[in-house]
Formats: sequence, structure tokens, C-alpha cells
Amino acid sequence: MTMSDTHKTLLRGAKVLGGEPRDVLIEGERIAGVGTGLDADGATVIDAAGQILLPGLVDLHTHLREPGREDSETVLTGTRAAAIGGFTAVHAMANTFPVADTAGVVEQVWRLGKESGYCDVQPVGAVTVGLEGKKLAELGAMRDSAAGVRVFSDDGKCVDDAVIMRRALEYVKAFDGVIAQHAQEPRLTEGAQMNEGIVSAELGLGGWPAVAEESIIARDVLLAAHVGSRVHICHLSTAGSVEIVRWAKSKGWNVTAEVTPHHLLLTDELVRSYDPVFKVNPPLRTEADVMALREALADGTIDCVATDHAPHPHEDKDCEWGAAAMGMVGLETALSVVQHTMVDTGLLDWTGVADRMSVRPSAIGRLTGHGRPIAAGEPANLTLLDSAYRGVVNPAGFASRSRNTPYEGRELPGRVAYTFLRGRATVVDGKLV
Amino acid sequence: MKRHLISAADLSRDDAVLILDTAEELARLADRPIKKLPTLRGRTVVNLFFEDSTRTRISFEAAAKRLSADVINFSAKGSSVSKGESLKDTALTLEAMGADAVVIRHHASGAPHRLATSGWINGAVVNAGDGTHEHPTQALLDAFTMRRRLASGASGAGQDLAGRRITIVGDVLHSRVARSNVHLLSTLGAEVTLVAPPTLVPFGVESWPCEVSYDLDAVVGKTDAVMMLRVQRERMNAAFFPTEREYARRYGLDGDRMARMPEHAIVMHPGPMNRGMEITAEVADSDRCTAVEQVANGVSIRMAVLYLLLGGNESAVAAARTEESK
Repeated sequence: MTMSDTHKTLLRGAKVLGGEPRDVLIEGERIAGVGTGLDADGATVIDAAGQILLPGLVDLHTHLREPGREDSETVLTGTRAAAIGGFTAVHAMANTFPVADTAGVVEQVWRLGKESGYCDVQPVGAVTVGLEGKKLAELGAMRDSAAGVRVFSDDGKCVDDAVIMRRALEYVKAFDGVIAQHAQEPRLTEGAQMNEGIVSAELGLGGWPAVAEESIIARDVLLAAHVGSRVHICHLSTAGSVEIVRWAKSKGWNVTAEVTPHHLLLTDELVRSYDPVFKVNPPLRTEADVMALREALADGTIDCVATDHAPHPHEDKDCEWGAAAMGMVGLETALSVVQHTMVDTGLLDWTGVADRMSVRPSAIGRLTGHGRPIAAGEPANLTLLDSAYRGVVNPAGFASRSRNTPYEGRELPGRVAYTFLRGRATVVDGKLV
Repeated sequence: MKRHLISAADLSRDDAVLILDTAEELARLADRPIKKLPTLRGRTVVNLFFEDSTRTRISFEAAAKRLSADVINFSAKGSSVSKGESLKDTALTLEAMGADAVVIRHHASGAPHRLATSGWINGAVVNAGDGTHEHPTQALLDAFTMRRRLASGASGAGQDLAGRRITIVGDVLHSRVARSNVHLLSTLGAEVTLVAPPTLVPFGVESWPCEVSYDLDAVVGKTDAVMMLRVQRERMNAAFFPTEREYARRYGLDGDRMARMPEHAIVMHPGPMNRGMEITAEVADSDRCTAVEQVANGVSIRMAVLYLLLGGNESAVAAARTEESK
């Protein structure tokens, strides 16, 4: 923390939400002014000409792995990766060791986040004790803890028992919580290794059918409507899931959904390589699913992009497909993938990107200091993107402790030049401070 | 030929016919008093078996030994693999020992592909069955058996299986034999029909180069070969079919069904057979059943594959004769 609270930074000529060039003055933790020809007046001046200024990105779905799997990621390395990716807040998933199912564990993660200083860490609490789907965790205690948990999820596992899911949805109404469901019918996905379809039939890998996701989503939107609560669908991956969420929203039900960057770009054809870097849950789907997901993100049926950043140590991917872990890192490439799949294709403008990657995820997680307008008086959580940049993904340079990216060697557009967390730069000229 | 044999889908028609013709030449060895060629002298073939499969392993072992290769059998049971050694570390160990070819049987689909493409080893990789993916030498020996029995002219050398109608019956979903056969037989010009209860047909099968039927009786009358797949009794417990008896009635091959097959048609089985389940003893022991012949042909096919992958360009037996006369 080398900069004092009253330090001033002037972003000169940034395209705010992709619009006309504006000067943005940051003073202390807040935006002091937005305009043209602002006076530098002792501020550090950053030439932001041609670059896109977005509100700091917010991830609803991050695996920071601490406590328990510090060999793959820690809160510190994960938040450094987040900052590089332009994020100013991440939601840390509960499937740690021990599981984040008590006030003690969520407070530990929350405190580690405070200490890291690279982005805000909002812990997610487990819905059930030990993610076992049997007994509700102390949701209220986690809400009342210093971590102030509002999002609850057994992510990695589905809350498949309909009664437990109903009770959880009902219970969190008392404190405006939300259940984020990992929609995966467990019996239909026993031994599942990849999307069930033409490719799985040829490769002889156990199929993960779309219906295993869609049937749970259908059940849960109905349950949420029945009990008048809100449900959030994690990493929605199929065209059928989009249709169900669209229908639920048309009814006015309180349903939100996220999509990962990798499901916006990659398909199950990549599994033909048997390279476990493409092994992920839910699995990569088909081209038709990818197109439906992009369209749904564009029209708002899908509320937000969430990374499902899932670090794994090298040995867990350097093996045969069946033995490999599921998951991909995503924080450092998320904005580039969204630019490539949504902006460069004309599906979404930069205001839309700000909405789907900052405003709406903040609203779902009830974060108050993030996803705010870029205007005087607002917290200076900002991401400055060099959208003209083109680069080849090289995991050796990642800030994350893990390297399991599916994009190695792929050219992607865009690079985060600066990230500001409450006025303090966490990334300067593409490098961590 | 490619450097590895991972999938029957990687074989062109000419590759496949070359393997069958080479196997035909090598099969003649079996009639000689000394069944051994010096062709692969000084080369090392490792049989790397992560699954129990005595039949396939001894077939590869016999094939390699008849070509005078040194054979190392590496079985996962009782080895470091059961103590948690990774496929990678096992591969690096074999590489350090100088394996020229690795014959791998693995429970994970894609493990041979991974071994061949990971850079862990330099030798040729032969897939001896991976998970529910493929078993290409089984398909080759099946095609070899069909060609011998069905082709016009002596042993069918140079020929493919154009126009032959082959029916594959049983647990296609879990069968690497079926996957490899569909690829290879269609490459060789045969018309393949899969017959199974709908629960045992893979989702996504519509992209395969074959027909699918749920009715064995509708198909047996117009087929040149019926290949019965082994059906594990445990499948019943996962609700793939109600009972063994119902399976046997609807999809098993008994004497009555065999009698409705064309006179020249043969019955095949990759073994081991579940007598009373997918095949009755009457059919299994009949002259029309080629199960034992398939085992013998398996050695010839595996000799041909090892010979071609490890650098045989000339006619296999001719090359051997040249060496013998030195």
C-alpha cells in the first residue's frame, strides 16, 4: 500500500464503457470527477487514450482452494490472478478442506482476502454440512459472521434432494440470501466424463447428458417460484437450460444464471485430443449450445459471466483423461474470451460487458461497493482494458499458482492494463503492483 | 501405416488390407515345424496391462516372440501402479528401459492416445483395448477371420469385405470391440448393423457408419456374419435390461435363430463367452462358430501389426527368408 488515501490518479481520455473519451479523476478511494480536459493538479496521469474503462469486474464463482489445497491456489495467488484479469471482487466457493460450512471457515477466507489486498474476497457458504446434501449448514451464522455471506452453494456437488433444496431456498429468505445451484442430477451423471453426444459415443467416454443439468434447473426454478425465494444457476451450459431459464424469467420468477467463458468458446470436439486440460464440469458442450449461450448472455437471459476458476496442480492434468481432475483456470483470460466471443462478434457492447461482468453479479451477490456507475462520488473500482491488444496465451506467465488453461497457445484479444481497487492500482501496465 | 495403432478409425482401406495380407503371410508360419522368424531380433516389446486380460496379453506375447522380439510383461497388479504410480511415471520407466513398442491395455478410454501423444515415450504404441473406446487388433482379427471364411478365392488376399453384411449384437454401449469393428468393417466396405436393446446403444450413434436395429430376428436372415458381444450380467443391476433370461430370449443367439441365418453365414465371438446368456452352448460349439479360430488368427494379426509398426517395409515372410539365408 504505497499510495496514500489522498493520492490522485487521472485517467486521460479513457473510453468510459466504450463511449466517447473522458478524463476520470480518482482521488483517494473514490472517483472525484468524470469529464473532459480535467486538470491533472498533482495527479499521476495515465494515458488511457483508446482504452476501455469498465467498472471493476466481479466474479460470482471462483475457487481459491484455501484452506486445504494450497498446492493449487491460495487466496493470495488467486486474488493476484483476479486483479490481472481485471476483477475487483471474487466470490470464493465453499468446496475447500475443511468445507466452508461454518462461520469459522468463511471468516478465515474473508480475513485472508482482506490481507491479500488484491481484490475483495466474498466467501460463499456451503448449503449443506460437508457439501453432503443431507443437513443444512448454519446458513444464518455464516450470514451474521464478519464475512457476511449472502451466496450459498454446494458447488462441485448438486443439492439434489428436493426437500433440502426447498428448505434452503425458504430459509435464506430471512436474510435475503441466494442459493447458487450446481445443477447436476447425480444418478444421470455417474461415471460421466464429458458431454453425452456424438463425440462421447466415438471416444467411449462416459456421457454427461444435457438433461442431467436441465432437469435440476427445471425443478429448482419451480421450487424457487413455489416458495417465493431466489435461485441462481451456476455455470449454465446447454441450449435447453437457456430455454428453461428464459421461461422462468418470463413468469417473473426470481431466477438468475451465469455462464463461464469457456462455455462461450469451446466445444466437446476438443476432447478428441483426450487432453485433460479440456476436462471440466459441466463439460464442454456442442457448437449449438455455445451459440445459444452467447445469444442468451446477449439478451440478458443469462445474467452474468462467472469464471468457475478451478486451479489444479500439474500432476492432476498430466495423466490419462479418466484419472484427471475437472476444471480450468479462468480469471486471467475471462475478459479476453468475453471480448472475443461477445464484443468482437457484435453481440454485446462494452456497456453490456460491464453489466454482465460487474453490475449484475454484484447485484446477485448483494455487493454494495462494486458494479457501480463510473461517476463522481462512486468507489474507484475500475478496470482499464487495452482492447486493441492481441496476444497468445502463455500460462507460464500466469499469476495463478496453477496452469490448467484450455487456451494455451491460442491468440485472444484484449489485455487489462490497469485495475484499481478503491482507488489503489493493483495492476499497472498489465503487471501486478 | 502410422507410427502407432490407437484406433481402427485411423486405418485407411489400404492400411487395413496390408495388415490382413501380412497376417496371411505370417499365418503360414504356424504350419512350419519352427514357428519363429528372426525379424524383430533385438527389439523390445512391452506388454503394459493395467487390466486383467490374460487372453489378449498372451496373444501379443506369442506374436512378439514368434518374431523374436524380447518381451517384457508389465502388469499393473502387484506393481508400482497399484501403489499409485502414474501412467506418466510408468511410461518414463519403460522409456528408460528402451521399449521399442508398448502394447497397452488400460481401463481409461484414451490412455493409449495419451501415451502416444504426450511425449512421455518414443516407441510405437499399440492399443490393446482402452476402456469403452477401442480394441483395434480385435477388429483386425475379426476382419481377418471374416475374409478367410467369406471371401472368394484362397484366403482373400488383397481383398476387402465390400458388400458383406455384418451384424454385431449386444452391449455396444460398453464395447470397445464394437467401436473398432464399426470403423474397420465400414472402411473395408462391409455393411454393419448393430443390434441391441436401446439401453445398450450409445447416445450419439447416429453419426456412426452403420445401421441400428432393436430386433435381432429381423436381421439374422440377411447377414453374412453375426458377431455376439459379451454381455456382463451386472448390467442387469443398472437397469440396462430386466433379467438375464429376457436378454437371452430377445438378444441371445440360439439354435433356432442360427438356423434362420443364411447357410454360409458364420457366428463370431470375441470371447470370453457367457454360454447361456448371449450364446447357447449349441451355437458356441457348432462348426459355424469361429471363436477358437479367432484366437489363432489373433496371433497372426498381432504379428503383422508389430512387424509393420516396427519397421517392416518388405513382404514379411520374404524379409524373414532373406535373413534366414544369411
